[in-house]
Amino acid sequence: MAGKTLFDKVWDAHVVDTVPNGPQVLYIDKHLIHEVTSPQAFSELEERGIPVARPDQIVATADHNTPTVDQHLPVRDLLSRNQLKQLTENCEKHGITLYGLGHKYNGIVHVMAPELGITQPGMTMVCGDSHTSTHGAFGTIAFGIGTSQVAQVFASQCLLLTKPKSLRVNVNGKLKPNVLPKDVILYVISQIGTNAGTGYFCEYAGNVFEEMSMEGRMTVCNMSIEMGARGGMIAPDQTTFDYVKGREFAPESAEWEQKLEYWKTLPTDADAVFDKEYSFDAADIEPMVTYGTNPGMGIKVTGRIPDKDDVNLEKALAYMNFKKGESLIDKPINYVFIGSCTNSRIEDFRIAANYVKGKQKAANVNAWLVPGSQQVAKQLVEEGLDKVFTEAGFALRQPGCSACLAMNDDKIPEGEYCVSTSNRNFEGRQGQGARTILASPLMAAATAVAGKITDITKQLN
Amino acid sequence: MEKFRKITDTAVPLPIENIDTDQIIPARFLKSTDKQGFGDNVFRDWRYDHEGNKNPDFVLNDPTYSGSILVAGDNFGCGSSREHAAWAIAGYGFKVVISSFFADIFKGNALNNGILPIQVTPEYLKDLLQTIKEKPETKLTVDLENQILSSPAGELEFEIDPYKKVCMINGYDDIDFLISKKDKIEAFERERSF
Repeated sequence: MAGKTLFDKVWDAHVVDTVPNGPQVLYIDKHLIHEVTSPQAFSELEERGIPVARPDQIVATADHNTPTVDQHLPVRDLLSRNQLKQLTENCEKHGITLYGLGHKYNGIVHVMAPELGITQPGMTMVCGDSHTSTHGAFGTIAFGIGTSQVAQVFASQCLLLTKPKSLRVNVNGKLKPNVLPKDVILYVISQIGTNAGTGYFCEYAGNVFEEMSMEGRMTVCNMSIEMGARGGMIAPDQTTFDYVKGREFAPESAEWEQKLEYWKTLPTDADAVFDKEYSFDAADIEPMVTYGTNPGMGIKVTGRIPDKDDVNLEKALAYMNFKKGESLIDKPINYVFIGSCTNSRIEDFRIAANYVKGKQKAANVNAWLVPGSQQVAKQLVEEGLDKVFTEAGFALRQPGCSACLAMNDDKIPEGEYCVSTSNRNFEGRQGQGARTILASPLMAAATAVAGKITDITKQLN
Repeated sequence: MEKFRKITDTAVPLPIENIDTDQIIPARFLKSTDKQGFGDNVFRDWRYDHEGNKNPDFVLNDPTYSGSILVAGDNFGCGSSREHAAWAIAGYGFKVVISSFFADIFKGNALNNGILPIQVTPEYLKDLLQTIKEKPETKLTVDLENQILSSPAGELEFEIDPYKKVCMINGYDDIDFLISKKDKIEAFERERSF
């Protein structure tokens, strides 16, 4: 019999029951919730008189619909305020831990859970948010669910699921200077497309991922859903263990030793077989930018927009106001957003700060920096990065999802381009008529300084 | 959940690929805390301009086409996990979505809200869209019990998870089933070794 994959090992350890010729009942270790996708699930339970089964395995935060300025004041938008109030009431009523607005642990759900040690290898984790795939960086089965499923986990701490197929993406070799984890995943998606992973759970393997920091691995796993995969995982190793150890909710002493022993058994067996596999050479990857309206529409910053007859391409370019065959270099850009669950961790801000230090933001650019959590915000100050940014003319805001999905007031105006470190460049994603160009924190910082898209491969090293 | 057995109705063609959940229901409409009213804003930014005027070129504003079946391009429902997308589709009155490919999370959300996602081959989809465009009065029949989609583009047997089929036909959802497994879940919690 062929060996097991990392995914198989974690999945099999959580199967409670199997419906004959049907789905399996999968046990969920941690359930993360936020204000937008949970209220209807709480209502569902209440209408049916069902209690929350395991409130101590749920952690709540407010992130999607929160302001990123003046968080100490009442939220101005009435609907947003009501949504936050409902989350607070629901958590109080059911005994669920909430890191609400202003709490020292508040932050984007996929930033705060890993940094608190809530996310651990070998777990199953869910959240009503498709970027829950982020936590797969720890060797965790983590995926986004709909609100009906949020209610199911509330009611039973389990989900009914059909085991997905397995996919492995291998990237080996040496990355060029200034190629960041964001570029790696944007490159992979540009090569295999936005639905190559649909129906699959992905594992990222190869020395490129092994050599990445946990922050980098989270950026990669975060975007698994952008190629259609419900989740993406990276085998836990010493980098993972070192990151988790000593965090607020990480296991300690004997429990740590016991879990560590188990975590070390999780990596995919050498003889495991995947349903689908892709391999890439790290040397082929360059800093990336997107030109269209899905994350698969990406090119090297030095490249040109494809010139081919394709109605989808034409529709996307009409929205973006770009032409087939053109280069994006020197395109004027008035908005830059560094933030989101993809790239709002301390490492992302260190990279951006390192670039802007001693430089000035271009006069035409509005540069919004939104840390992923209160802890990241605090660390920015401790490391003096806040000064670097403010001296360069960047606006440092308070934590939240912000302009990634523009549910709050952080909207990019109609027709404007935004070079964004977020994960989706869909039509209207950052505001009605806004045009998103996805890129790494380094590309975003360089754009803010130049006021236009620049070829950073020529600038550095 | 409403029971679903058989539907015969006209269809609305939307031949755009990669329709993401932000197009189905933009994030700024996700501030509601109940499931009602999302249908009013389905495909909002394609249906209306910035001032709230109807865009006459969009199919939902074209009186030629109507019905409870939506026929859409490849990779329908990609993007976010927001179930608001399924509530918006259902709220508008669609009971069936036909496409050549569905994103995973949307597909699950649809089934959990009594919307039947039917996956067809790209060729069938192309023929079907052409047929509806030429003859908007064309009626399609969706027979869930026998898993048959009938249209002038041909009769097609479609796939659905057998468990989900039972749920749709009877109007069950997963919560009752999962709660019935309480003893097994508690035994799992006691016996797990890690």
